[in-house]
Amino acid sequence: MAVRYLLGNEGIAHACLEANIDFASGYPGTPSSEVIDVLRVQGERPFTVEWSTNEKVAFENALGAAWCGLRALCTMKHVGLNVAADPLMTSAYTGVTGGFVILSADDPFAHSSQNEQDTRRYAHFARLPCLDPASVQEAHDMMRDAFALSEEFSLPVIFRPTTRICHSKGDVDLGEIGTEHRTAAFHRNPKQYVVIPAHTRVLHKILNEKQPALKERLVELGYNRHTIRGKTAVVASGAAAAYVREVLGADVSLAVIGAYPIDDEWLRAFVDRHEKVLVIEELDPVVEEVVRQVATKTEVLGKMTGTVPFEGEFTPATVAAAMREAGIASTMAFPAAAPVPGVPPRPPILCAGCMHRPTFYAMRKVFRDGIFPSDIGCYTLGLQLGAVDTTICMGASITVGSGIARSGEERPVISTIGDSTFLHTGIPGLLNAVYNGADMVVVILDNRITAMTGHQPNPNTGMTATGVESIPISLEAICRSCGVSWVETVDPYDLPVLLDTLRRAKERKGVRVIIAKQPCVITARRSGIRRKAYEVDPERCTGCGACRSFGCPAIAFAGKNATITELCAGCGVCADICPSGAIGREGRQ
Amino acid sequence: MKPSFDILIVGIGGQGTVLASNVLGEACIIEHRTVRSAETHGMAQRGGSVESHIRIGGEFGSLIVPGTADLLIAFDLLEALRYRHYLPTGGKLVVNRHLVVPTSVYQQDLAVPDEESILAALADLDVTCIDAAGLAEEAGSILSQNIVMLGAASGVIPLRPDTLEEAVRRCVPQKTIEVNVRAFHLGREAGEQGAGAP
Repeated sequence: MAVRYLLGNEGIAHACLEANIDFASGYPGTPSSEVIDVLRVQGERPFTVEWSTNEKVAFENALGAAWCGLRALCTMKHVGLNVAADPLMTSAYTGVTGGFVILSADDPFAHSSQNEQDTRRYAHFARLPCLDPASVQEAHDMMRDAFALSEEFSLPVIFRPTTRICHSKGDVDLGEIGTEHRTAAFHRNPKQYVVIPAHTRVLHKILNEKQPALKERLVELGYNRHTIRGKTAVVASGAAAAYVREVLGADVSLAVIGAYPIDDEWLRAFVDRHEKVLVIEELDPVVEEVVRQVATKTEVLGKMTGTVPFEGEFTPATVAAAMREAGIASTMAFPAAAPVPGVPPRPPILCAGCMHRPTFYAMRKVFRDGIFPSDIGCYTLGLQLGAVDTTICMGASITVGSGIARSGEERPVISTIGDSTFLHTGIPGLLNAVYNGADMVVVILDNRITAMTGHQPNPNTGMTATGVESIPISLEAICRSCGVSWVETVDPYDLPVLLDTLRRAKERKGVRVIIAKQPCVITARRSGIRRKAYEVDPERCTGCGACRSFGCPAIAFAGKNATITELCAGCGVCADICPSGAIGREGRQ
Repeated sequence: MKPSFDILIVGIGGQGTVLASNVLGEACIIEHRTVRSAETHGMAQRGGSVESHIRIGGEFGSLIVPGTADLLIAFDLLEALRYRHYLPTGGKLVVNRHLVVPTSVYQQDLAVPDEESILAALADLDVTCIDAAGLAEEAGSILSQNIVMLGAASGVIPLRPDTLEEAVRRCVPQKTIEVNVRAFHLGREAGEQGAGAP
């Protein structure tokens, strides 16, 4: 159709449209989010798209659609697949009717993640096929064909791009958007869809019997391929395969692994023809383990010999260094180039005017000896303000907090959780804390949107993924129905009221919930809300530094004295903090 | 000999590095050239240091290796310093004469960086220093600084100026096309004059 300059995730989304997709669900998570974000706003192919409340929910919704014969996609980041692992494992047994693709995006180097887990392990665990593209074009092509592969084997297919596929751009050759639509029809078949022991034992055997043909098919499809050029070889997968191709000498053989499970016989035939094989892949040694299993006399180098790093993201330089270590020629030598030392860091920071900043500031003022379990979202950046003591996974702020509170630790526990995260997996923890009598404060940071991943709507926003107005929900009513008797909603821009509310919470026992509610400053600006900026009266500023501890990026200092920059969003909280009354709205004097 | 012309664009989240990179990618499509690029998304965008890699004629991965970039475009002086090791000795830097002091400096009581000392630390590179804010205002909007910077660097980028101008037209919002095209030309003139090299 046309060559366009697209983000990997845009190419992947377009491929779904080409493949006649009829159902897509997901939960936002970097680097996967743009796939649903493209599908939900495109107007070219009408079909069902939803942001679900969590990954398990998204998975099961898409599975239901696939059981009705539709082509269905569900998307998430790698750690989201942990949440969806329960249906994943057994959906391999039941299989599917319509093509079902699970996109789980991995994040080597944990650019925006809490770990570096490898989705390919889940594919192996569940005995499902897994596609591992090496480029944006290949990601597009693989996704376009993944639905047919799923239907051919009646199995869900895992599609595993990494950050440098999802968030790379390139010239992508696109096909035409599909115009066929299927009619959903659920055909009752308890032996497939009801996994009681008598059924599941049979299904397990069927799953295992599919494996040999599946392995062969992935070679036939060209996903696993090789070129023989000499006595030494490199075996590479995913984005690392692109880096290898960039630096590989002309006399070195190359096998590229783009899909799992790997056909052992095919791989053995390749490995056996070489004296030495170097395996280069990001994250876990998934390919390397298979190479070691099939190698008879060939020397195998990789992570297990210390030649290739286990952690982080690779570059052509990483690959060239591993090749040099393995005694394999590379066409490029990269200079040693170290960053200039001592450059002040510029980490990501909560925006000027972000509602989380005054909330954290007030928590620290009122609970000086508090313990602050937190969660996954922009507000994890509250670490810089000393108000985030733990973060492990979605929804864990309340559960870790109640565990600390009930362990005998005597200091007060104040958990923070965003609205989307609360709806994702926070509610069961709140219910549990009330049920078991924990003493804790829960602050729901309600900015009305799933901000960090790119401002996706959630049930608290009042709008669905496709922009349809949704039934309003009440966080307060949810908390009350979990058994919380003390729930207060407060505007975090109103610092005196916020402080007073926290002090009143401090005096009580049991589970106390404060809902700090104010739209995300970015969405507020986009929707046309303008607040007048603030300024410092240099006559009254004493240089005391009280505003410095607030950590707002709009506050700069010339010597000891504060100034407010053009970043000011007009939240006005710094004016309440300044003990000299030196900060006021612009033009006040 | 690498086949691609590798450009690193660096700045602060929100300065429009991604749009500048999109213009280059679109220009490659117009000239039927292959291109690979990599961007910062997610949490790192929130006011943090961001980088876009663009490899014109690239056929492999999207990442540029330090020491091998052909051009560094920096929207902020401190970011130029942070990423200067991507250039080889004497490499080409086009930098905005603009410095945002990171909040971390005030929070952690670090030495406040200043324009003169940063420029001194960059002096061994082939530097073109641009007043992007002034030129953007002259073009009609302070928001067009990213396109000013692109224009200023365009003389050394192996894409035709008319292609780049067409790519600007395709990539920026409809209402801002004229302003951005002006910004591109003002930037290009300033770049050609080597404006204000330190």
